[in-house]
Amino acid sequence: MSYFHRHRELTPYLLLAPGVLFLAVFFVVPLGFLAYQSLESGNIDFGYAFTWSWSNYWHALRDYRAQFVRSLEYAGIATLLALLISYPVAYWIAFRGGRWKNLLLLFIVAPFFVTYLIRTLAWETILSDNGFVVNTLQSLHVLGPSGRLLATSTAVVTGITYNFLPFMALPLYVSLEQIDGRLIEAAEDLYASKLHAFLRVTLPLSLPGVVAGTLLTFIPAAGDFINAQLLGGPDNHMIGNVIQSKFLELTDYPAAAAMSFILMAAILVAVFVYARLVGTEQLTGTAV
Amino acid sequence: MTDQLTRRELLQRGAAGGAALTIPGLLAACGGTSKAGAGSTTSHKLAKTLNFSNWTLYMDVNSKKHTNPSLIQFQKKYGVHVDYVEDINDNAGFFGKIQGALSRGQSIHRDIIVLTDNDRYLALMIKKGWCEKLDKSAIPNIKNLVDVQKHPNFDPNRDYSLPWQSGMTGIAYNDTLTDPVLSIDELFGNPKLKGKITCLNSMGDALTLVMLSNGDDPSKVTDKSFNAAFNRVKKAADSKQIRQFTGNDYAPILARGDLSAAMSWSGDIAQLGQKQIHWNVPKDGGALWTDNMLIPNGGNVYTASVYMNYVYDPKVQGLMEAGDPKRNITGIYYIPPVAGAGEWARKYDPTVANNPLIFPNKKMLDSVHIFDSKALNNQKYLEQWQNLISS
Repeated sequence: MSYFHRHRELTPYLLLAPGVLFLAVFFVVPLGFLAYQSLESGNIDFGYAFTWSWSNYWHALRDYRAQFVRSLEYAGIATLLALLISYPVAYWIAFRGGRWKNLLLLFIVAPFFVTYLIRTLAWETILSDNGFVVNTLQSLHVLGPSGRLLATSTAVVTGITYNFLPFMALPLYVSLEQIDGRLIEAAEDLYASKLHAFLRVTLPLSLPGVVAGTLLTFIPAAGDFINAQLLGGPDNHMIGNVIQSKFLELTDYPAAAAMSFILMAAILVAVFVYARLVGTEQLTGTAV
Repeated sequence: MTDQLTRRELLQRGAAGGAALTIPGLLAACGGTSKAGAGSTTSHKLAKTLNFSNWTLYMDVNSKKHTNPSLIQFQKKYGVHVDYVEDINDNAGFFGKIQGALSRGQSIHRDIIVLTDNDRYLALMIKKGWCEKLDKSAIPNIKNLVDVQKHPNFDPNRDYSLPWQSGMTGIAYNDTLTDPVLSIDELFGNPKLKGKITCLNSMGDALTLVMLSNGDDPSKVTDKSFNAAFNRVKKAADSKQIRQFTGNDYAPILARGDLSAAMSWSGDIAQLGQKQIHWNVPKDGGALWTDNMLIPNGGNVYTASVYMNYVYDPKVQGLMEAGDPKRNITGIYYIPPVAGAGEWARKYDPTVANNPLIFPNKKMLDSVHIFDSKALNNQKYLEQWQNLISS
């Protein structure tokens, strides 16, 4: 008999081992190091020393509350926009795509063959002061004659929405595509209107996709700094920009580490509240 | 001094105890006590390879063969192959990459790196003892270093650093959108330019221009002159006169016509090559910045010094700077620090030799200033500045 048959109870752990090891080395250890660093004090000239310096956290919260709030706000709006834009698209591909499904999905993913930076820079051109978007909005009097989109919060949120759209669209598609069409037929046979069938059958069954999509969009969006850097003005900088400048420009590693932890905590709290609101089974439901 | 600190760090990290948490900390501290002895030989024997990290687009290039003629010539002459990597995009990012290894006393496997004197990291590298002393006996051509570069305050005797190339910081404007913008007063004060200008996010560059406009000396910064300049930039940002603070990402926005004017680096405008965009040293003066070669700890001092000597030969420097259109060689087109390079450049490509952005005349050179390197490393100033540019 083989080793595996004699130690059957060990098999799951052996199979898990590579993944666990990977996470331990490349996630837990660096995270531990970051936590350690966030409680250090000192500066680049004289070195850093571990001093249980909790003040890094209080100072970050005191001085950069605006940027923390702004990050969650921008990420939240962008997530909502991405959901509103992606849902009809994913719905249409899943139920009406027919044999073009794969090609249509490829169109959603296609921009991702281009680097993040270049995609964001493309929006600089699209939203340019003399571009057609601004000109159109100006002729519709949405923007004043000297109004602009670049270097405003609108541009930053637009950029984030665009850059994270596929993270929303793909999980939505997967959950919509799995819905058994006969269930909707059954609802209609039982005299549900189209709208009713959608609200009572399709939407609830697609919720796991909605939850997965919002999380995949919101979490990275809250830590983003490229969009704010390139498309925003000085008033639109997010916490990612501050962490980046603390880490690289100011070499204030403890402050940057503390801010990263605060951001992580804020996101965890937001996700927890969200999970309580929609129900935790939706989180795990995606795996099915 | 460095040794003492790292040893103390080792004890502290060791004492902090705990399991997984401190392992990286301990590892980090362990390498710290020995000052990377490995490669730092003083022997006068050339290594087989010279590892050279530089900024992008900063070397003469044969546009047909995609080779670097001056590096090939160096290999032929000395038998040293140059492993030339263009992996420096900004000072902060590159320093972030190398500081971990250097602080642990490990080699970064580079013999020459290039950092700019308008950012804090060049002075910091020298102050922390993270670079090797040049072997000046191998650099007789150091006599060709231009006078203005001989005694910078971060390295008064040029013991650790030698300039690679310089550039100027001034104001660029688009003549189809605005009248000439030739001063900070106008850039920050003209209401017609509101929301149509950008300011550089590099503190040294921006404040040099503003201090000169205020009548202060940017090479000797005081709290008073700093505050005056800082408040002036802040006012312009708060009033939305300044649209963004940028690195060289202002260039495409300027080229597209979204900006009427921008605080700008001479090299970017030379590279844009658009005739409606003009670059000038502001009338109160501009900034001169210089990229400097350093030998990071563990680098091969002798081989690196021999290379430095090679590029300080005016004949070599002239070719590197101007290129040679007859042989499809494109030059660097920045400002060379080597006296006599101009005469050689003229022989290869007279249009380059006559370009004031590459070989500036005396009047231009007299009006550009180098920012105080102590102020660049003043944490209080830096924090104030960073908070301003990302509020």
